[in-house]
Amino acid sequence: MIPAAFDYVAPTSVSDALAALRSDSDEIKVMAGGQSLIPVLRLRLAAPTLVVDIGQITDLHGVREDGDAIVIGALTSHHDVAHDPVIEQYAALLARAAETVADPQVRHRGTFGGALAHADPAGDMPAAVLALDAQMEIEGPEGRRSVPAAEFFTGLFTTVLGDDELLTGIRVPKHDGWGSHYEKFTRVAQQWSIVAVAAAVKMADGRVMEAKVGLTNMGATPIRATSVEQALVGQSVSEDAVRSAAAHAADGTSPPTDTNADADFRRHLSTVLTRRALMAAVGS
Amino acid sequence: MTVTEDRPTTEVGAPRRRKEDRRLITGRTRWTDNITLPGMLHLAMVRSPSAHATIRSVDTSAAKQSPGVVAVFTGADLADEQGASLPCAWPITPDQKAPPHPAMAVTSVNFAGEIVACVVARSAVEAKDAVELVDVEYDDLDVVLDLAKAAADEQVVYPDLGTNVSATWVFDSAEEGTGTDVDAAIGGAEIVIERTYRQQRLIPAFMEPRSVVVDPTGEQTTLWSATQIPHILRLMLALTCGISESKLRVVAPDVGGGFGGKLQVTPEEVITLVVGRRLGKPCKYTETRSESLMAAHHGRDQLQRLTLSATKNGTVTGLKVDLLADMGAYLGLVTPGVPILGAFMYNSIYKFPAYRFTCTNVFTNKVWTDAYRGAGRPEATYAIERLMDELAVEVGVDPMEIRERNWIKHEEFPFTTVCGLEYDSGNYEAATAKAKELFGYDDLRVEQQRRRTANDPVQLGIGISTFTEMCGLAPSRVLGSLSYGAGGWEHASVRMLPSGKVEVVTGSSPHGQGHETAWSQIVADRLGVPFDDIEVLHGDTAVSHKGMDSYGSRSLTVGGMAVVAASDKVIEKARVIAAHLLEASADDLEFGDGKFSVRGTDASMGIGEIALAVFAAHNLPDGVEPSLDSDATYDPTNFSFPHGTHLCAAEVDTETGEVSIRSYVCVDDIGKVINPLIVEGQVHGGLAQGIAQALWEEAVYDESGTLVTGSFVDYLVPSAADVPAFTTDRTETPATSNVLGVKGVGEAGTIASTPAVVNAVVDAVRHFGVNDIQMPCSPLRVWTAIQRASAGDSTPRDVSTTDDNAIPSHNAQLGDGDTEGDTEGGQA
Repeated sequence: MIPAAFDYVAPTSVSDALAALRSDSDEIKVMAGGQSLIPVLRLRLAAPTLVVDIGQITDLHGVREDGDAIVIGALTSHHDVAHDPVIEQYAALLARAAETVADPQVRHRGTFGGALAHADPAGDMPAAVLALDAQMEIEGPEGRRSVPAAEFFTGLFTTVLGDDELLTGIRVPKHDGWGSHYEKFTRVAQQWSIVAVAAAVKMADGRVMEAKVGLTNMGATPIRATSVEQALVGQSVSEDAVRSAAAHAADGTSPPTDTNADADFRRHLSTVLTRRALMAAVGS
Repeated sequence: MTVTEDRPTTEVGAPRRRKEDRRLITGRTRWTDNITLPGMLHLAMVRSPSAHATIRSVDTSAAKQSPGVVAVFTGADLADEQGASLPCAWPITPDQKAPPHPAMAVTSVNFAGEIVACVVARSAVEAKDAVELVDVEYDDLDVVLDLAKAAADEQVVYPDLGTNVSATWVFDSAEEGTGTDVDAAIGGAEIVIERTYRQQRLIPAFMEPRSVVVDPTGEQTTLWSATQIPHILRLMLALTCGISESKLRVVAPDVGGGFGGKLQVTPEEVITLVVGRRLGKPCKYTETRSESLMAAHHGRDQLQRLTLSATKNGTVTGLKVDLLADMGAYLGLVTPGVPILGAFMYNSIYKFPAYRFTCTNVFTNKVWTDAYRGAGRPEATYAIERLMDELAVEVGVDPMEIRERNWIKHEEFPFTTVCGLEYDSGNYEAATAKAKELFGYDDLRVEQQRRRTANDPVQLGIGISTFTEMCGLAPSRVLGSLSYGAGGWEHASVRMLPSGKVEVVTGSSPHGQGHETAWSQIVADRLGVPFDDIEVLHGDTAVSHKGMDSYGSRSLTVGGMAVVAASDKVIEKARVIAAHLLEASADDLEFGDGKFSVRGTDASMGIGEIALAVFAAHNLPDGVEPSLDSDATYDPTNFSFPHGTHLCAAEVDTETGEVSIRSYVCVDDIGKVINPLIVEGQVHGGLAQGIAQALWEEAVYDESGTLVTGSFVDYLVPSAADVPAFTTDRTETPATSNVLGVKGVGEAGTIASTPAVVNAVVDAVRHFGVNDIQMPCSPLRVWTAIQRASAGDSTPRDVSTTDDNAIPSHNAQLGDGDTEGDTEGGQA
């Protein structure tokens, strides 16, 4: 279908983009890769009066190291997240999640920051970012602020981003030497996650030093499976230990019901997928 | 002039790449939506969001003021020109009840997506913008959705009809004299198996959305449409709209798939035709994918109540089928007949003596159902192939063994079935033996047992489908006996051009099947001319004036035979002229390799030389007209009965309910093959669609009658990433009912594969106590079945027509999010 008419600007700097967001247009949408927004426009589920296309802002592309963290530009494509050597070394979980997003075309056009700001509960990147305790770097009229991923996602398709703010980058603490896996459950290849589990595990001497588990599509926002994480710490890795920790995956979640799965089945799936994600993350 | 150089010995049987593929695959061709005419206007449809309502008012004033808008029409505006009702060509009983089906709703709407108004504008986007300005007020009525409840008339869709039952149709082998009494068979049986199976509603989901362009300027109105049936459409539009048939030209240019979904006379075609003629300007309408999923006809949607009786050694003694078929809100072109096409196939390849089929056609507030790949036969095949597995369990033998005990043996052909059909040929033993070997049947059974014993979380199941089907629609007399409104013949013309090239005109209308290539191969062999010298024309009633179009795997077995007959007539015409020119007796001429030779001499003349001589017409025998053109209309004497053995190995993850197909082997017998590459493509595509019914596809409505699976986010059409690599092979038992020896293949894969997959899934978890899983076998359903069976719960599963979880997985969330304005700041 054809979108309703809208005005369009494509600023080349963050400051110009922020200025565009302050214009008096009735409803403004920010477009990064456009892989979610354009279908919504074409279905006329949204009819903004102004689309601010930030895709031309070159500063927001790419990955750099910054001390004990890496900073990923918001406009870095899913494909680049999946293939970047710095990410592979320090935040491999993001690569494992990014390589499961949609299909190759979408991964080349779609962006890391765009997917996070879109805050789709079935999107793959939010749970991975949450699991790795990332900081979301935001710019607005008042300057810069940094928000922990745990506070960034506030509900279904909603975040703390204000109307006049942009997500510019994602700062991820270096997870050097962690094992990672993203376990995604779908019915067909090109489908949003019915449930998915992002797991990263730090091992020493055969025991779990630290474990981080993020859940996709188990609620309105991505969720940390903290009881699973706690149950694992200090355990030696065995199928039984992981199984018994993973059994807590659905604790405190309220997953949705839809044509693919009801809430109870999602709860069950989360325990199975968490076990599998953890076993894969520890290399078993 | 010689026209026989570079020609292989035979074209038939060669795996030629399709000559039409370059233009079809690149899209650089005449798809309907690619057609742009000077001054052309664009239509956009206003569709009802309500599934059942009376229309209180339609206010078009704001839309009429919208930029670029030329006109806005309501059903009342068009009522006189659009005719009282779209056509239904198949009244299955004399007392069949059918509500009028106006192209544009006038007083009431009966499914969500029905057209209530249309906007005509100078551009498609201006038309779309103005759609949102048309204000329609509806008085909602109770919605009838559940098939079983609808059949019980708890609430009725059409109060004037007084019932939701459109018709009840019965075939009884005792009454017909083709078999014995089924109640007697069941009453005295050692084994009786009763099952209820649900054939879920499916959406054809052809690749090219429907599109129509009308040019009313000139003496004939021309209508281009992405249709399977240009010839039938021309007649039906003329009759529906009261236009002289001779004033109407219908063109199906290249068409991107149909699967039965474009075997229809659509509201959109009628509306565009009527509006174009009213305004005197060319008009175009192209549907969106959302409109296509919502308002183009759906398929399947039946509830099958089955009773099978057998002896304790597994010989089937009778089958009783009690079917509820969901018509949806209206009767489309062949809607009521679709389940009847299945009536003759429940006995499949088996020899049981007693059979009764009762079908009750029922109205609901959903888009109407109609033909979808296989149309009636997949449902029948599913039912009997699932039941044969259940019988094997009862008897305690391998499911292949139970089939062997019941199938028609090769030496028993021709065989007249309990339905009165004469199967001309078949060799089930050969196809099965080959399939089992390719599959490694015995090894897989060993592995299955090992996994069961080890309580492996991933269990293995083996599914069998030894299918047959009736296709090649159809002998006209048989169609008449079934009250169908037309015949089943096909027409062709073969014309020798002066340069020795050949034009073949076919009345069947390809929409992806490869007629241009296959027909060229047939004619190349017949006339002895090179493949590349043959052009196949189709799909335009001004070029191909007569035809019955493409559906029901009929193109080759009927249309191809018409081409053969027309070619043979050309040869006979040429023979007389060749005899004259070679100064020989016609009886002394032999025709072969494109030349007439005088027996016993080296004198000969190529058919191209004769064509040039005919063009000049300087030296023809007295009384012979200067023409090497011939027409033929071929009416088949029987259906064709392709068959095959399909074997599926499926792994079921018992922890998640996920099914993955590990291997799929099919050995089909479609008789002689014209082009094995085309056959391979048909089989692969058919398998993908049949497997999709088993595992993924289902049209789901919510309790208000809104289509929940309204986009490809929720209507799960598989991609190449989802289907396994197929192992395909063939046996070749020629059909004896046509001289080519061919049988249809367009639907075989779809018909055969669905039960093979579901049988495999059920087989994988049967040891938990599972004996059925409703299609599509989603992880939720498979896992739930295992849980219930393991817990000893024998509660029958839900076979209602609406889904408990009728909530879209994604789009509605996006929609809600946006309308509530809570995506602020989102950079999507």
